[in-house]
Amino acid sequence: MNSVIKGASYILAHTPDMVMENGTTQTTEKIVNPNSEYLKELPNHIRTYEQVLAYLPNQTYIGNMHPDELAKYPQPWVDTTVEGMNERVGKYGEIMPEDEFYMLMQCVDVFELVMLDKEFVAATKEKFAANPVIDETIVARIHEGVAASEIEHFVNEEHAEPLVFNGKTVGFVKRAHDVDANLSAHTMLENMVAKASAVLSLLHLIRVTGVGKDEIDYVIDCCEEACGDMNQRGGGNFAKAAAEIAGLTNATGCDVRGFCAGPTHAFINAASLVKAGTHKNVVVVAGGCTAKLGMNGKDHVKKGLPILEDMIGGFAILLSENDGVNPEVDTEHTGKHTVGTGSAPQNVISSLVTNPLDAAGLKITDVDKYSAEMQNPDITKPAGAGDVPLANYKMIAALGVKRGDLEKKDLATFPAEHGMVGWAPTQGHIPSGVPYVGVCRDDILEGKVNRAMVIGKGSLFLGRMTNLFDGVSVMITKNSGKTEEAAVSEEHIKGLIGKAMKEFATSLLAAADEE
Amino acid sequence: MSLLNGKKVIIIGDRDGVPGPAIEECVKTAGAEVVYSSTECFV
Repeated sequence: MNSVIKGASYILAHTPDMVMENGTTQTTEKIVNPNSEYLKELPNHIRTYEQVLAYLPNQTYIGNMHPDELAKYPQPWVDTTVEGMNERVGKYGEIMPEDEFYMLMQCVDVFELVMLDKEFVAATKEKFAANPVIDETIVARIHEGVAASEIEHFVNEEHAEPLVFNGKTVGFVKRAHDVDANLSAHTMLENMVAKASAVLSLLHLIRVTGVGKDEIDYVIDCCEEACGDMNQRGGGNFAKAAAEIAGLTNATGCDVRGFCAGPTHAFINAASLVKAGTHKNVVVVAGGCTAKLGMNGKDHVKKGLPILEDMIGGFAILLSENDGVNPEVDTEHTGKHTVGTGSAPQNVISSLVTNPLDAAGLKITDVDKYSAEMQNPDITKPAGAGDVPLANYKMIAALGVKRGDLEKKDLATFPAEHGMVGWAPTQGHIPSGVPYVGVCRDDILEGKVNRAMVIGKGSLFLGRMTNLFDGVSVMITKNSGKTEEAAVSEEHIKGLIGKAMKEFATSLLAAADEE
Repeated sequence: MSLLNGKKVIIIGDRDGVPGPAIEECVKTAGAEVVYSSTECFV
């Protein structure tokens, strides 16, 4: 039996000070051009928490607005506000402010590497603890904080990375080893952010699905960070580390990596583990990435836009045994960009889209919605990267025309009918295919969609181990209504029919012998 | 005579558009010399 999607969570953390402190565009600029106009101008382009709450793509990400509704508003959405569409909490998750996110980072730290200012903790603790998903076990992990002089010492003399809030240093992440670069303060901060945002995603997944924490068997983390020391740089295991803090006591897990394609790889792995009967409830989770904060900031500032990459993203998806209701994951017909596929766009789309469709006997138009790279075009278009989801839909449509699945006149309408506008932050793996899984589940349960395809692509060449890139795809379908019990009875019926036919054949042979 | 014939070409492909090696194949057939080719991720 195919596994089913029980639910999904999507979270954001607004981290405006981390844009300047930890985004690689900014940290690189500080090294190569410390007096640049960009660095001087950037602080004037930082959004307030209220602005990011009112930003429609963010409300779409946490589940307060359907992507089809977002598409009705003209782009860019940066100046568009809709009354009542500025909630902190949504159907799938929340948008956490920076001060509370720092508190969460301190709570997920188990090696006393994250320390916050005493006064900051005192001022933030109450509102942090008031969050319904932050349970008493996490509140109990709050450290009372340290004196400002200690923060100054660690930042100035011990290579610690500062944690800045509203321009003021309110804490630090210190190195976990004196000489090991893999345990440097920089790496520990990146990893702590990924872990904290993964934990928040897990906590919201528990909220939205109602699944018991002790029912989760296995967790697969698919972010793009690596944790380990000098002897095993990517040893892992983010999954188990986050599961521990989230209280998933019966779970173990592992990390699956594949650049931005990681989530779709992990999703297929998780669905297969459940289908194989290895585990009953498997979670795919990923936290976000500080390095990509303000990645396209130079272009945004140049064009007078706010810094739109000021959000850390996260998500979690629960895959469970088939219940006869929730949407199924079709692991029998998956797409994969292989070593031999090559890089010609036609080959790429064939490997990811039409190969699995051909195997299933389907046409391109039989898939109601494709979720490829769901990057928010507000972010990418001013930076010259174009509308990434639209580019992918055009490629799929073009191949559809070539194959005769759709007519040339339908090229223009294909993206709107079989695709969506992008709404996810450019956090690498976060926008890659998976932002639609939660919405897709709802669309299928509501009868709006019967079949969708999730496509993840990854730029492997960035790791300088291969020139190849990668991609995988998988289909999500309406539940066939067949449960495990039904399948057993079907087998039983087949057995009975077989037995009857065998008996019939034996009687015929016996009759022939008599003649 | 092709526009690219005899020219030296630097290629920066796009993972979500046309990747470098695909452009490379095209410009080679037009008589150009590829001096640098890469595919970049713009997201």
